[in-house]
Amino acid sequence: MQHLIWIIPLIPLLGAVINGLLGYRFIKTLGEEKGKRLIGQIACGTVFISFLISLFSFIHLLLRPIDQRVLVNTVYTWFHIGNLKTEVSFLIDPLSGIMILVVTGVGFLIHFYSIGYMGHDEYDEQGHRYISYWRYFSYLNLFAFSMLLLVLADNILLMFVGWEGVGLCSYLLISFWYRKQANAVAGMKAFVVNRIGDFGFLIGIFALFWALGRHGIWTVNFRQIGEHAHLLAEDTILGIPAATFITLFLFLGAIGKSAQIPLYVWLPDAMAGPTPVSALIHAATMVTAGVYMIGRLNFLYSMAPVTLTIVALIGAATAFFAATIGLVQNDIKRILAYSTVSQLGYMFLGMGVAAYGTGIFHLMTHAFFKALLFLGAGSVIHAMGGKQDIRDMGGLRKYLPTTFRTFLIGWLAICGIFPFAGFFSKDEILWSVFNHSNPVLPFLPKLLWLIGLLGAGLTAFYMSRLVFMTFFGELRSEPAEPHGGHGNDARLRDQGDTGPHGHGDGELQGHGNEEVISLSPQREPHESPWTMTYPLVGLAVLSVVGGWFGVPHFLDPVFGGHGGVVSPAAETGEHSTTLEIFLMMVSMAVALGGMAVAAVMYLVMPELPDLLSIRFSRLYDLLLNKYYVDEIYQAVFVNGLLALTTASTRFDLKFIDGIVNESARVTAAFSAFNGWLDLRFVDGIVNTLASGTVFSGSRLRKVQTGQVQSYLFAVLGGVVVIILIRTFI
Amino acid sequence: MNMIVLEHYLLVGAILFCLGFFCVLTRRNAVAVLMGVELIFNAANLNFVAFARFGTLNIDGIMFAIFIIMLAAAEATVALAIVLNIYRQLDTVNLDEADLMKG
Repeated sequence: MQHLIWIIPLIPLLGAVINGLLGYRFIKTLGEEKGKRLIGQIACGTVFISFLISLFSFIHLLLRPIDQRVLVNTVYTWFHIGNLKTEVSFLIDPLSGIMILVVTGVGFLIHFYSIGYMGHDEYDEQGHRYISYWRYFSYLNLFAFSMLLLVLADNILLMFVGWEGVGLCSYLLISFWYRKQANAVAGMKAFVVNRIGDFGFLIGIFALFWALGRHGIWTVNFRQIGEHAHLLAEDTILGIPAATFITLFLFLGAIGKSAQIPLYVWLPDAMAGPTPVSALIHAATMVTAGVYMIGRLNFLYSMAPVTLTIVALIGAATAFFAATIGLVQNDIKRILAYSTVSQLGYMFLGMGVAAYGTGIFHLMTHAFFKALLFLGAGSVIHAMGGKQDIRDMGGLRKYLPTTFRTFLIGWLAICGIFPFAGFFSKDEILWSVFNHSNPVLPFLPKLLWLIGLLGAGLTAFYMSRLVFMTFFGELRSEPAEPHGGHGNDARLRDQGDTGPHGHGDGELQGHGNEEVISLSPQREPHESPWTMTYPLVGLAVLSVVGGWFGVPHFLDPVFGGHGGVVSPAAETGEHSTTLEIFLMMVSMAVALGGMAVAAVMYLVMPELPDLLSIRFSRLYDLLLNKYYVDEIYQAVFVNGLLALTTASTRFDLKFIDGIVNESARVTAAFSAFNGWLDLRFVDGIVNTLASGTVFSGSRLRKVQTGQVQSYLFAVLGGVVVIILIRTFI
Repeated sequence: MNMIVLEHYLLVGAILFCLGFFCVLTRRNAVAVLMGVELIFNAANLNFVAFARFGTLNIDGIMFAIFIIMLAAAEATVALAIVLNIYRQLDTVNLDEADLMKG
């Protein structure tokens, strides 16, 4: 089993390569329907194989004694420089075991869902058709590969490869419908903001490598770093304790990747991508990479109480502020996006109080219920023909029964209602927060707990608002015309396309449901095909039972007993069970209170929200505009950078170009003088010499008459002269 | 009777040389010029013989004259061959027209 781990990430890569290189050919040669089916089968099949191997590895892990639960598979030596030997090797311990199960399990369901969701062609405003099916699945498989690389990596460099890989796939998939400018811009924004975090992450890696190197330990391997981390206890980098320095910069990477304050701005915009992408990448897996990274390097974070405090503060702040923004948003995916940011904040809050197990636990349950909610939202959007504004929805309960039921489960889970998954994980976090002791700021635990509790209430409110406005009441608008009026030929061709979804059930007609909308007089929203509802059911089951396993306890071998400064909270307060139950009741009461308020506002008195928004219009506008953070960033960073660029351009044009031009001019002048000198003086001498020769030659040649007798006459003359000279001198 | 002395011979030789040289300088015909050259040779021969008889050259002067006669014969053949070639090339033996070496 141990030697098969490398197959887990490789298989999706294979799928990505096959679909990426041959997908277009599949559709060309096999026809639209068969080609798409083959592409979908390859994409889902590869991830499913990964899932099976992951499951076997995980079971294999479980069968081992608790202290030996580490599987390592070294594939080959990546590079070997001096004392540094870096290997491509994969590690499965309880932490990465849970992660690969989540990534491949949830990933498989979302791949499967995508077959139905992406099944019909997309068109942009100009009516251009995206040749996209194979491209989409190729990217999605590539993402699965990168994410698995990230979580399975046994050293920080390989992890960074996966880290960048998921960032790339995120970029590719956000701007998947690239013909629309907003999507391309959103992708770019995500990429650029992530780069800021990645920059910090890289500095963290270098600092870690260098700090350990000072002790003669040249390694990037996680387990070796863990073994020698205690050496850093007394070190400082730039006057900051080494562990704090390293972990802070690594945390910067986590902030970027996991969309925390202040780098969360890209995640809501990332909703421009297809909804399954939002579910997989921007809710369930990639954005949790930062949490996973802290979990993987928990021994370092435990050595840095200052960093942990910052992590907890940022987590709590994000959890709260994102939730407040979520209160008033109207785009169904945006609400879920802010909810994701908020829930990620909870995870960091858990990590920040050194309750790593609970953070990972929440990561897992969140992956289940948030993927469920996103896929449910996708189903709703699908039924509404692309509309995403919840003010246009309503009463969808009776049209989308399966989606409604599963969505309800996701809703209860995220609100933290017993016994759904979210209840256990969120409560564990709040309990750990309440119960930990902070050496830096003693009052912090209770404060953070209060913020977390408030955030939970807000979460319950905005999720209830979403559910009530979408599924209850009456439908407020008709579903949009699919494809925006374009692509009639595609619709005609799809007409008979019930083959792959051959249930014969009038309502579950697969791709046919769009045609039913456009053809039936009432144009009612219809339930999505079974390829989309089955994953919903699967995730709903997971959202119910996901919290019943003692995940934090299972993770103890990874997180326990590193001798860090901060000890895990769970150990300090196991005796006060009554207090724990009381706090549990409090948090559940807050959640129920949030739901009740939402019920009053959106079910009982539907006019109340409008009145409130007018009464508190300034607060409402502030929230609706997301605290103007995007505008501030635009003004400060984007415009600042643009101004800097303009200034640099000017500097470049005026000064650098000036120098260059001036030196060019001097050179040109010198050359001109040199040329003049050459022409007039040197050439003058030569020419004068030559023309003198020519001139004298032209004169002297007259002497050579060619007539022998004239020569002889000259001889006679010469003789006469000689005789005369001899005679008279 | 007046003695015929060296001066008479030299005088005849000088006249002969002048006539030859005049012929060489003035005649246009190449063959005539060659004849002038023969006169100059014979003027020189006369002088050599005269110096052999009256001067100190003795037998050497006679030998010189004999060599010059022989040489003149050889020269005449070569020169006539050249003239013949000039005629073939230029269709003339007029020296004024044979100015191929004109600068």
